[in-house]
Amino acid sequence: MNRKFISLTLSAAMAVSMFSAAAVQAVDVSEVKVGVIYVGDENEGYTASHMKGIQEMKEALGLSDDQIIEKTQIPEDESCYDAAVDLAESGCNIIFATSFGHESYLFQAAAEYDDIQFAHATGTQAAAYTEAGSTNVHNYFTAIHEARYVAGVAAGMKLNEMIENGDIKEDEAKIGYVGAFPYAEVISGFSSFYLGAKSVCPTATMEVQYTQSWADMAKEQETAKKLISDNCVLISQHADTTGAPSACQELGVPCVGYNIDMTAVAPDVAITSPSNSWGPYYTEAVQCIIDGTEIPVDWCKGLIDGSCYIFPVNEKAAAPGTTEKLAEVEEQIKSGELKVYDTSTFTVDGGKTLEEAIEEGGDFAQYADYVSDGYFHESEFRSAPAFAMTIDGIDSQE
Amino acid sequence: MNGSHKQKDRLVIHMIKRDTISKPKEWGIRLIAVLLSLIVCAVVIYLITRQNPAEVYSGIIDGAIGTKRRAWVTVRESVLLLIIAVGLVPAYRMRFWNIGAEGQILMGGAATAAIMIYLGDKLPKSAILPLIIVSSLAAGMIWGLIPAIFKAHFNTNETLFTLMMNYTAMQLITYFIVYWENPKGSNTVGVINPATKAGWFPKVFGMDYFLNVLIVVIVTVVMTVYMKYTRQGYELAVVGESANTARYAGINVRKVIIRTMMISGAICGLAGAIIVSGASHTISTSTAGGRGFTAIIVAWMSKFNPLTMIIVSVFLVFMQQGSIQIATQFGLNENASSIITGILLFFLIGCEFFVNYSLVVYRERKED
Repeated sequence: MNRKFISLTLSAAMAVSMFSAAAVQAVDVSEVKVGVIYVGDENEGYTASHMKGIQEMKEALGLSDDQIIEKTQIPEDESCYDAAVDLAESGCNIIFATSFGHESYLFQAAAEYDDIQFAHATGTQAAAYTEAGSTNVHNYFTAIHEARYVAGVAAGMKLNEMIENGDIKEDEAKIGYVGAFPYAEVISGFSSFYLGAKSVCPTATMEVQYTQSWADMAKEQETAKKLISDNCVLISQHADTTGAPSACQELGVPCVGYNIDMTAVAPDVAITSPSNSWGPYYTEAVQCIIDGTEIPVDWCKGLIDGSCYIFPVNEKAAAPGTTEKLAEVEEQIKSGELKVYDTSTFTVDGGKTLEEAIEEGGDFAQYADYVSDGYFHESEFRSAPAFAMTIDGIDSQE
Repeated sequence: MNGSHKQKDRLVIHMIKRDTISKPKEWGIRLIAVLLSLIVCAVVIYLITRQNPAEVYSGIIDGAIGTKRRAWVTVRESVLLLIIAVGLVPAYRMRFWNIGAEGQILMGGAATAAIMIYLGDKLPKSAILPLIIVSSLAAGMIWGLIPAIFKAHFNTNETLFTLMMNYTAMQLITYFIVYWENPKGSNTVGVINPATKAGWFPKVFGMDYFLNVLIVVIVTVVMTVYMKYTRQGYELAVVGESANTARYAGINVRKVIIRTMMISGAICGLAGAIIVSGASHTISTSTAGGRGFTAIIVAWMSKFNPLTMIIVSVFLVFMQQGSIQIATQFGLNENASSIITGILLFFLIGCEFFVNYSLVVYRERKED
């Protein structure tokens, strides 16, 4: 009788403990500790925007300074693993890493600390790891292509103004784009920017040149100048410094920046900048830790959730009426009425629609799952950009 | 014209080379240098950050050995620096200015990474580690051999040559990364064999980096014996003192140069294997990470004495790891750590002047 009772209690206890092991543990707000691994520091736009996001999260959730440990200037190599392990050992409940090349090192650390959550911005592998059994890895990114499209509209309007003023002919509306690396993230970015410009200035074309670095002030400046000497009449960028806008200010060429309000270095020519806002994600992810709920494996939100935005238009540089037009486009994207990668607005491979190209097979076949209902479903299947094809009108060379 | 007699006293400082210096005095000078450098660092830290220097120093200690994990990272980095310095010693004893350790490390690392990537799942674990060690030794050896042959036969300038070999190695790595990058488009190789851990140094006695330490200890002991007690070690020292004397004594100078650089390069190549297989499990252009240059400082500051090299390596790494922590803790960036390390090195290298020279101050009476 007695024995039976003991075994019953034991199995009940086991059941309870198993149950609690399976559920994610909630953590009290005052106990939460957040670790962040940055590729740069506050002097570089991309990292600065992440730091701002962390700050917003801290204020929104009421965390104190010592609940956040930030490691800056961590290169994309094994230093990232060391940094992640160190943060884990320092008692962090969740660890973020911000640069594309951090991913495999961060997830290597994740494999050693089951009870800590690891989230990586711009990466692509969390879904595969999760499929293989990991429960603590996540990717996040913003739908920045939406903000780039809107900024592209501003660029297109500027081109139109130049055509109207007789500064350039219609077929000379060439945009120069300073890209970092030929990765999907960058290609998706300049394609959406170009489509935005083309939506108002149909004759627009674009030339892309890569710097092979996320942040190299001198190189970006030099590349912008080279593009301008190649007859580009407007410059934009997917690189993190103020190099390109300062070259534009010097040469009096209009430009659209990225992540930073470029009017500080290019007060006469900088029109606007699309930017990421990471606060919403950081707040949501850390809130999940506090509540003990699961963090999405892939997280991506855009204009409608405030995860990306464009800086206020610089009236001095922009074409008249830009602010109003952009607000209108923004509304259309938010309502879903306008799709950035509407397949009726561009062609590939010398005049084919994307649907036709996919039908034909070859390189384009890989996008079959992404295209339906007349548009490319960017950022809907994974958080990182997937749109990595060259569309007609863009000349990109590695 | 028997003018007034003017007398003037003035202080004169004479620099006199010391013939001998007692051990306590020698080490006393170095101790004073360390203390002074810590004081100067404290002042600089205070001026820049307005933080309490004592707190900053405790942050450094915490960062270097504050947790078991951090202590192990400090050990891992120290033994790496040590083995590279040990590898450089024979070359420097021979007055062969090998500043190509970076390149030799990278080539050793590349050989290791290649084996891990191409043979990781094909060979049994017991075969792969010996293969990695042999290949990395060979790769480093080749990278050391090339400038040695040119030096021995055409008397080319080895400083420039080994430096250029670094850039060549770096470009080769950039080229390999194109083939090895994972995931595609990341421009990095990423962690190699994360699931199977093929080609990774295994844990020994539950310790991640035990094997790293063991290999470095063995190499250090063997090389100390080689330098001190073997005929070859003696020969290379004679070549270093004077090539002509060596020739007169019947030493084949060319052979000694080539042989010594093969050894030097091979050890640096092995250091590459320890980094790739035993620590980072990846390869990039930053795999050597400037250690090949820092090790030059280690070797020279220690005057090639193995025990001193251990102390200097640990000290430098300790400060480096510590400064990573204070950068995090006090919101400084990495440049703060470079400043501190720079001040320390300035004092430590500078104090050797006082070890070698004494300053004598006296009054000189001058009559005009």
